[in-house]
Amino acid sequence: MTAPTAPSPLLRVEHLRTYFHTRSGIARAVDDVSFDVYPGETIGVVGESGSGKSVTALSLLRLIDPPGRIEAGSRIIFEGRDLLTAPEEDVRRIRGNRISMVFQEPMTALNPVFTVGDQVAEVARVHDRASRKAAWERAVEMLSLVGIPSPRERALQYPHEMSGGMRQRVLIAMALVMRPALLIADEPTTALDVTIQAQILELLADLQQKFGTAIVLITHDLGVVAEVASRALVMYGGQVVERAPVRELFANPKHPYTQGLLRAMPRVGQGLDRLVTIPGTVPAPTAWPTGCRFRDRCPLAFDRCATEAPMLPDGAHGARCHLAEAGTPVAFADRA
Amino acid sequence: MMAFLLRRILLGVATVFAVTTVTFVLVRAAPGEPYAFLLNDARLTPEQVAAFRARYGLDQPLPVQYARYIGRVMRGDLGQSFVERRPVVTVLRERLPRTLLLMGTAIVTGFALGVGVGAWQASRAGSRRERAVGSLTVALNAIPDFWIAIALLLLFGLKLHWLPITGMVDPTMHDFLSPAGKAWDVLRHLILPAASLVLIVAAVVARFQRNAVLEVLPEDFVRTARAKGVPRQGVVFRHALRNALLPTITLFGLILPALVGGAVFVERIYAWPGIGTLAVSSISNRDYEVVLGVTLIASTVVVIAGIMADLAYAAADPRTRHG
Repeated sequence: MTAPTAPSPLLRVEHLRTYFHTRSGIARAVDDVSFDVYPGETIGVVGESGSGKSVTALSLLRLIDPPGRIEAGSRIIFEGRDLLTAPEEDVRRIRGNRISMVFQEPMTALNPVFTVGDQVAEVARVHDRASRKAAWERAVEMLSLVGIPSPRERALQYPHEMSGGMRQRVLIAMALVMRPALLIADEPTTALDVTIQAQILELLADLQQKFGTAIVLITHDLGVVAEVASRALVMYGGQVVERAPVRELFANPKHPYTQGLLRAMPRVGQGLDRLVTIPGTVPAPTAWPTGCRFRDRCPLAFDRCATEAPMLPDGAHGARCHLAEAGTPVAFADRA
Repeated sequence: MMAFLLRRILLGVATVFAVTTVTFVLVRAAPGEPYAFLLNDARLTPEQVAAFRARYGLDQPLPVQYARYIGRVMRGDLGQSFVERRPVVTVLRERLPRTLLLMGTAIVTGFALGVGVGAWQASRAGSRRERAVGSLTVALNAIPDFWIAIALLLLFGLKLHWLPITGMVDPTMHDFLSPAGKAWDVLRHLILPAASLVLIVAAVVARFQRNAVLEVLPEDFVRTARAKGVPRQGVVFRHALRNALLPTITLFGLILPALVGGAVFVERIYAWPGIGTLAVSSISNRDYEVVLGVTLIASTVVVIAGIMADLAYAAADPRTRHG
């Protein structure tokens, strides 16, 4: 892979809006999300349930089903072409090939009636028209690459015969058969034990080194982001509320929501009687508050927040907050 | 697994036994008796009639007749056909393959068609064409089977003259045909009666399969398959259908008894010389042993098919196969 001095982004998402047109109203699950992913980098997408991160991930591969719809004006430019205007067949050829995805639930993400080898091999058969035998050999090779012991025997097993960690390895093997340029990992470690989590993250980092794959890592766990990502997007209410290099994000969080998330991370030896929480819950995507979507839960909200929606400024580090925009140093009031 | 199988077999034997017993009582409770046409002859003396009945054990009390019958069945002797003057076993051996040909064709074609149509419906659920097909399957479910058989007979047989409407072979030409010609002759005669049953089976299976596939489509592994770049047909017909086929196997065991009933009508309407036609004629002739033989064989086939469906289900699902 060549490394030009000013690399162009592998993926450029512009004004992505994915709405669900339900009977109870339009749910604006993803509302004007823009970001870039550069070749080989890992970008973390953090947020609570309902923040729109998983819908963003599915939108990237155009896997949104009705009543969901990616609205006009959204652009997803991958390797120079807009996936949203490309014919479905072209996007299908990209799925699992140039862009692949690892899902959250290793228990249910594998088909229970096919062997794992079969399911990994299918990727090579679909995209490379590989023969049954050649595809099987590649599947075994991939299983061994993701650290599954005695892969030749394991390939013949069904998902229910494997542990959660093993299944997640199978899903990763499946995602990397075609050496994709981009891997979207949606909460890949959430369903796993802590020790297995670390192994899986390490495996992803290893394989990224090997294949030069860029990773979009979606998680609700800031700790995971700190460990593996170089840049992070914080999502709230279907929008990116803060974008920053990871170090910056932890050292100098600009958005009150990010600050709240950081404070909510329990640390050993912190000596708090109770865990810190952000009060309230994410509002329904059919009824975002006017102005700033976080204002109902924000300890620093003032008049302007209700009337005027803040914008996310360009630049390496920016937050969608009137206070951050004004350059005012924001201090999250200590509520302990 | 073995315990389960053993229980199913015992239950099956009990079922066949019960069906046979009920039939035994019913057929004798019905008015009339074998050889009514002979025995009503005024020239016969009462002694002659009594001797005739005694010869076949028909003068004995019902429990005695029943005990004797069961005893013979246990030894593999199903008795004599009064009408054909041949052992019932011989008659059944001649007729059963014909019915199995008709039913087998109908079941295999009907299930294949129904599964295909149902999966297609699921992949297009809600579209105008899908809803039209859905209405058709509901209608076919509602229409009685003999009505469908008669409608096909009238249309393709009598109006269009495309296909023969009676029997299994051409009675005058068949013996002079080459082997291929003979097969073609049987096939032509098979089409209409089989189609009548196929429509019924396919309609039931399609409705069932459509819903089964729709239930599987929102599963995570279906999304995984799409994210892998598997084409849409592959997603529906390989990933989703393969999972949704499991409950359909059970449907096989449920549909068969109903199909046996339907086959009796269809065989009768098309004069297909199988078990169904035999059942009807033996009942009207009070050919007791044949009625019982037919019942015995039909219930045995149904019971065995049900057990096989259960076994197939266990074998098809890797989660139960290893469990």
